[in-house]
Amino acid sequence: MSRTPWWQGRAVGLVALGAAVIAFGLFVHNPYYQNLAVTIGIQGLVALGLGLLMGWAGQISLGHAGFYGLGAYASAILTTHFSLNPWLALVAGAVSTGLIAYAVGRPTLRLRGHYLGMGTLGVGLIIQTVFVQWAAWTGGPSGITAVPPLVVGGLALDTDQRFFWLVWPVVLVALLLMGNLVNSRTGRALRALGENEGAASAAGVDVPRAKLAVFMLSTIFASVGGSLYAHYTSFVNPSPFGFAFSIQLLVMVIVGGARSVWGPLAGAAVLAALHQGLATAAIRVPALEGLEVVAYGAILVIFLIYRPQGLLRPRRAAGPRAEGETP
Amino acid sequence: MDSAQLLQFAVTGIVQGAIYALVAAGFNLVYSATGIINFAQGEFVMLGGLLAVTGATLLHLPLVLAILLPVVVVMGLGAAMHWFTIRPLKHAHMVTLIMVTIGVSVAVRGGAKLIWGADPQPLPAFSGGESLQFGGAMIEPQSLWVLGIAAGAGLLLAFFFRRTLVGRAMAACALNRRAAELVGIRPDLMNMWAFALAGGIGALAGGVLAPLTFASFDIGVSLALKGFCAAVLGGIGSNSGAIVGGLLLGLVESMGAGYISSGYKDAFAFAILLLVLFLRPSGLLNVLVRRDEE
Amino acid sequence: MLNLHRPLVPCLLVTVLVLSLLAGCPKPPTAAPPVPTPGATAAAPPTGEPLKIGAIFSLQGAGAPLGTPERDTLLLLEKSVNAAGGINGRPLKIVIQDDQSEEAVALTAAKQLIENEKVLAVIGPTISGTSLAILPTFEKAEVPLVSCAASVKITQPVKKWVFSTAQPDTLAVAKLMDYLKAKGLKQLALLTDSNAFGASGLQVLKTQAAENGMTVVAAETFGSKDSSMTTQLTRIKGKSPQAIICWGTNPGPAVVARNAQDLKLKIPLFMSHGVSNHKFVELAGAAAEGIIFPSSRILVAEALAANDPQKQTLLDYTKAFTAEYQQPPNSFGGHAWDALQIVVAALRSAGDDRAKLRDAIEKTTDFIGISGVFKMSPTDHNGLTKDAFVLVTVKGGKWEIVK
Repeated sequence: MSRTPWWQGRAVGLVALGAAVIAFGLFVHNPYYQNLAVTIGIQGLVALGLGLLMGWAGQISLGHAGFYGLGAYASAILTTHFSLNPWLALVAGAVSTGLIAYAVGRPTLRLRGHYLGMGTLGVGLIIQTVFVQWAAWTGGPSGITAVPPLVVGGLALDTDQRFFWLVWPVVLVALLLMGNLVNSRTGRALRALGENEGAASAAGVDVPRAKLAVFMLSTIFASVGGSLYAHYTSFVNPSPFGFAFSIQLLVMVIVGGARSVWGPLAGAAVLAALHQGLATAAIRVPALEGLEVVAYGAILVIFLIYRPQGLLRPRRAAGPRAEGETP
Repeated sequence: MDSAQLLQFAVTGIVQGAIYALVAAGFNLVYSATGIINFAQGEFVMLGGLLAVTGATLLHLPLVLAILLPVVVVMGLGAAMHWFTIRPLKHAHMVTLIMVTIGVSVAVRGGAKLIWGADPQPLPAFSGGESLQFGGAMIEPQSLWVLGIAAGAGLLLAFFFRRTLVGRAMAACALNRRAAELVGIRPDLMNMWAFALAGGIGALAGGVLAPLTFASFDIGVSLALKGFCAAVLGGIGSNSGAIVGGLLLGLVESMGAGYISSGYKDAFAFAILLLVLFLRPSGLLNVLVRRDEE
Repeated sequence: MLNLHRPLVPCLLVTVLVLSLLAGCPKPPTAAPPVPTPGATAAAPPTGEPLKIGAIFSLQGAGAPLGTPERDTLLLLEKSVNAAGGINGRPLKIVIQDDQSEEAVALTAAKQLIENEKVLAVIGPTISGTSLAILPTFEKAEVPLVSCAASVKITQPVKKWVFSTAQPDTLAVAKLMDYLKAKGLKQLALLTDSNAFGASGLQVLKTQAAENGMTVVAAETFGSKDSSMTTQLTRIKGKSPQAIICWGTNPGPAVVARNAQDLKLKIPLFMSHGVSNHKFVELAGAAAEGIIFPSSRILVAEALAANDPQKQTLLDYTKAFTAEYQQPPNSFGGHAWDALQIVVAALRSAGDDRAKLRDAIEKTTDFIGISGVFKMSPTDHNGLTKDAFVLVTVKGGKWEIVK
């Protein structure tokens, strides 16, 4: 396990991304691109959390959109019904989401196989049903309007540009945290876990506990992403938090590369670009309308056939059996 | 709470459950052969319904043909899906394979919208006539068709796995891939058969369902979710489990909606899923433990 | 297989990059003179910089059955406006985006239209959720938005830059309540779709029932994709109401109608303007007989009195739409028709200035549209009254106006 090149590589990457963020923030003034960057940032943040769960604990979640929604609704409800400070609402959302994840994860994570996936599928859909039905608090399917913006030092983050300056630093911090985590003692335990649970267990890793911790952390990422979404659009309704988005997040992680720290973020960016590209192609050539969805699905399939391990490979040749390569 | 009401809820739940069981059987076929959760299963159902509508209204086929022809067509599509998208990924991680099925389902759904448009399409009931009185409950003739066809499909599957060569080879392959290979069974072909059969049973479900709910390009996802839920409830991979899971799910939904709140109907369904996962994680009837998952 | 990987990945990346660049580049002005449709009235073909109007419709997802006729209507109108000489001699250009019934996608589409396409105004979105999600963007960017969605929240409270041409459900319920009151039906059971349309309807129904001294004895909901509503209807039957009101959009209400027939319910069934389309009768079949619902006049254009101010407009739209798409138009396409015609009329007087355009839209009065006669004002950005509705029933598979 050669540690030095690892660190250097990551530091270089982070600095490069940081520079790119600053350059974008300073020189790009078109709100269309800013919006795209903010969307990629928010979705990328949620995907990073899911990537942590998938790549480092070997578990999938089919209900992450539900946790994303918990953050969004916590922020929306606490700020509109109780006029709570948006930052406190964000923290409250993250804490309660983590607790819910604990309650769900504790029983399911003791099991092998994809039971967490099945369990989270159910939890995600129950959460969405509550958003739809508990109209007194959630506004039902019509949602909650006029969610106040986040405020930093008296400055309301109510434009795409200002929000960009919040989201991307958060993403950078998340990447830094994840990089450190992955390289720490816990990280090595996790890596062992993703590769071989039995071996990890034999080596003295408390497997259920480690898995639970990763799962909770991953839902907290989702919750923070949801809070950011709520304050960015100033409107929440149940439909963005359903099964479709859970799947979209999975696609981001897999396309980007689950075993790479950067992978999910790359996945979010590439999918957004692909999506926009296809949508624009359909505007330019109206005959293509409707075909862009088919193309999206087809590109996804073809990509995975030729590059099953995703866009970014792990730094080291880890976990051969978990990857697309022949053992 | 009068008994006629209870009976009506039960009848509704059982019919609904039979549909879920059919979808769940499709999930099971693919899962026991390959370990993949095939999210395109709902699209098989959708295609079955829409193709049946086209057959019946545009080509004026007799209803039997209008239902059976799509079954054959979708079997072919299922086989093609395996051959061109799953087979090339021999050594990929399971999650990658699941993503592939999602990609296929997105593309198929988009294609169906292009071909059939966004509006739901009706299909005439298999036999007309008034609904029948049963105790204090009403049951429409199409519901009887659903029950009959679901039962028939279940028996056929059981026969296929016990008595036919291909079926027994598939069962062997699911139990122990390596041993099956040693006796000359080609897992590739068996997996293709699994996808084909899943396509066929999905299309059949779509065909019998269409007169009750209409066929439309976007019915796949919610049916797939419920079918998957039923499969897990019963114990994924077990065919009798699919029936138990489907019926249980249908009944829970109907009773929950009837006696507690219709708004939380779906939540009851998934709450039962969680409960079973917590208490009996391998499902109610699961016997089959996949080796490669260990 | 291993060696194949490498060339493909860069190829894919390049494709993605090229596509995304395509997405961004400000488009070169498409000043190509539009081809006049053959046989059109001999107006001088429009020339010069096109007047660009954006549109955001749901062409995928839950809103697709509504968004598709809206898109078709706009394309039809674009052709006919340009064939008739354009707007003040300049061609009209419609740029359509698909929001896939998703809020985040709608938001990006809105920025794309405003910032890159530099449209003068935007029509749509199709559904309430996406409309509500993008309202703040239009308020901030100061671009007029004419929504085709019905939620009251879109235009109440009034937002400076936001309009709507869909009849809000308050008016539909008011029309229905008048009838129920006249017939002395006071014990109501509500059965509503759990989407935004149904939920909003539920709220309005409860409020107006109370205002009219009626009692709601049961309130049930169903999912838009549910295959059986028998359970809910059985529950309702147990409460013996005098009338059942089902509020939803296709296909749910058709399933309700069929299940009600199968259960042999003898309680009169009422529905919403969400079913005022041919598709509903096609889906529900014989079960649609006798159901009464408030509807836009487009459904019964032929049967309207000769002196009805909307009659000619409705017949013309029906004729043009049917000729182009081989199927009759519906009220959803009508919302898009109204929205674009109001914008086009405003463009004629205001020219290509967003602020002037907004003022002109707000001054729309006595505009004879598909959904009704519009009278917009600074306090009413919808401009319709309950007279926008007629009560319609189904008899022998045909529409009939309920007097």
